[in-house]
Amino acid sequence: MAGLTEFTAPRDTATRRVLVTGLSTYWGGRLAQALESFEHVDAIIGVDSEDPTRELERTEYVKVTNQHSLLERIVRAAEIDTVIDTRLVVNSLMAAPRIAHENNVIGTMNILAACTGGDSPVRKFVFKSSAHYYGAEQDDPAFFTEEMARPHPPRTGLERDIVEAEQAVSEFAQRNPDVTVTVLRCANVLGPDVDTPFTRMLRLPAVPMVLGFDPRVQFIHEDDVVHALEHAAFHVCPGIYNVAADGVLAFSEIIDLVGRPPLPILPPWGTGAATGLLRRLGFRIPDEVVNQLRFGRGLDNRLFKATGFEYGYTTREAVIKLSEHMRLAPVMRGTDQEYKYEREVEEFLRWSPNVRREQPGERAGLSTESEPLGI
Amino acid sequence: MADEHRTSLAGPVVPAEDAGDEGAPDQLPERRPAELMRELLPAIEPERRLNDWGRSERVDGFMDRTLVEFFYRYWFRVEVEGIENVPSESGALLVSNHAGALPPDAPMIAKAIREEHPSPRPVYITVEHFFKGYPGFSMLIPKTGCVAAHPANVHRLLYDERELVLVFPEGRKGTEKLYRDRYRLRRFGRGGFVEAAMRAEAQIVPTCVVGAEESAPIFGQVDIMRRVTGLLYFPITPTFPWFGLFGMLGYLPAKFKIRFLEPIDTVELGGAEAADDKALVQTLAQEIRAQIQESLHDMLARRKSVWLG
Repeated sequence: MAGLTEFTAPRDTATRRVLVTGLSTYWGGRLAQALESFEHVDAIIGVDSEDPTRELERTEYVKVTNQHSLLERIVRAAEIDTVIDTRLVVNSLMAAPRIAHENNVIGTMNILAACTGGDSPVRKFVFKSSAHYYGAEQDDPAFFTEEMARPHPPRTGLERDIVEAEQAVSEFAQRNPDVTVTVLRCANVLGPDVDTPFTRMLRLPAVPMVLGFDPRVQFIHEDDVVHALEHAAFHVCPGIYNVAADGVLAFSEIIDLVGRPPLPILPPWGTGAATGLLRRLGFRIPDEVVNQLRFGRGLDNRLFKATGFEYGYTTREAVIKLSEHMRLAPVMRGTDQEYKYEREVEEFLRWSPNVRREQPGERAGLSTESEPLGI
Repeated sequence: MADEHRTSLAGPVVPAEDAGDEGAPDQLPERRPAELMRELLPAIEPERRLNDWGRSERVDGFMDRTLVEFFYRYWFRVEVEGIENVPSESGALLVSNHAGALPPDAPMIAKAIREEHPSPRPVYITVEHFFKGYPGFSMLIPKTGCVAAHPANVHRLLYDERELVLVFPEGRKGTEKLYRDRYRLRRFGRGGFVEAAMRAEAQIVPTCVVGAEESAPIFGQVDIMRRVTGLLYFPITPTFPWFGLFGMLGYLPAKFKIRFLEPIDTVELGGAEAADDKALVQTLAQEIRAQIQESLHDMLARRKSVWLG
């Protein structure tokens, strides 16, 4: 459509040296893998306090704790022009509240501090945020647009952290107007690989629901999140964007697509107390998801589409893909081997001058079966 | 391929230039033109049974063919005037008077448009947020086209999706009216509906419904019961002692008359820019209220009998 191309965000060809935070997390690892396939990206450096778990070819991993002075030194030394921050913990079950707070708020402030300064080489900062920023309450609008401030104060510690982290990012953006800051508020993610509360719930033999409620839920496929981060990295799109797939489905529709029976066991009042009981039975629903199971949440995703991004999957298609994967899983179990990242060995084989190489271009020791992801 | 996406900045893209007119990125990018945003609305997926608002054609159609049809044709014997005032294509805000208890005026208006209009269209009915939190109800009513009465929802329906939206500006105050106050319109609040229509550049169609008040008369409100049960209201209706709250659905067969008045074009009045003018919004709200009141008086004066019309 002729009208649309006028409004596609301009390509950003100056993105060449990228720093990815949280390399050991699911998103950091996948993003780094995806970025490796773009030739015009000269350098990809990943930082984390833990070792990465994915197979990476040309991403350099630097183990560093969350100190902004060290991060700043890395950024300046490598002349990083783009920082993509994917560390945000969006699931309160993944980490203890104190650790999540430290990671989300202090960690974000540290990485931002590492990018400040008039002579900093960073000219682009992409922040992966979450739709938990908006919350899910009874009198919320059916579709959240990016202009809307959060209508209700945050209920859980995680939501408070996310709000604080976004505030830090927006303050950074105000103080550094020559840095393109993109914030992507991602909806709940679904996909074969990723582990989120909703994927766990949908994999249960019967999916728990709140009695008498059929909330509207909207997802996004894991591949689309990675593509969204790439899109933000390679285009100039400053500002806050909702990243969510087309289609807001009723939870009953979703359960039907997955092919499991619904289990309306959570009482409509005192749902919080009931989740405590569930926890003792072995299944835990994070607090920030409980409200979503009652009222649901929808996001208006058109602003990001207006920058030229195309979603690969609608919400319905994402659910179908997950259900297909779930059906195949018993058959496919064991066929893909987990990559055992022997870091020191890889480092030795890659960088050591004592390793004999037959040709200058050949890099000894790297697995040849690996196929880079991405376009 | 990449060149197709370039703007007039032909050289290496400098972020400062692009961010210049938008200032610091915490200022959100300005809204793109309406046509573009409408094009980007999610496409209809044919396999889905519900749309994004939770509306189900199946349930809606079923209720329409059975319960609503019965009430429309045989119980209330609805008569409609001025159906041509409801636009066939663009979004429009239907503004109506509301009766007490759980009145059937909303479904009757929606059915009237489906039956009498040359190009029948679905109507989205705005309901209180309360229903979203009520188990059972919250599952059922979105399927028949009820959406929560949030200004953002109304805006999206009117502006982006260009649908018909029905609002009752009297709101809760309207449903609390006792029988002796019937057809006396309560205040229309701060005129939020006018503001919503102006921002969405949609027409306002004032609508008058006669008959709903008598079909579900409230004789008294019991405040204590209201507070205890947490419901919006606890009315005493003719069927009260026998059926309790479900008695609210036992309607008396009053004759319904629906009249659609001439639409008000908000674009002529200033559209989205004028929506910030509080005085204009209030004046317009009062005017619409007066129009509906006058028309109600006219219809009541002509009405010979409550039950037979």
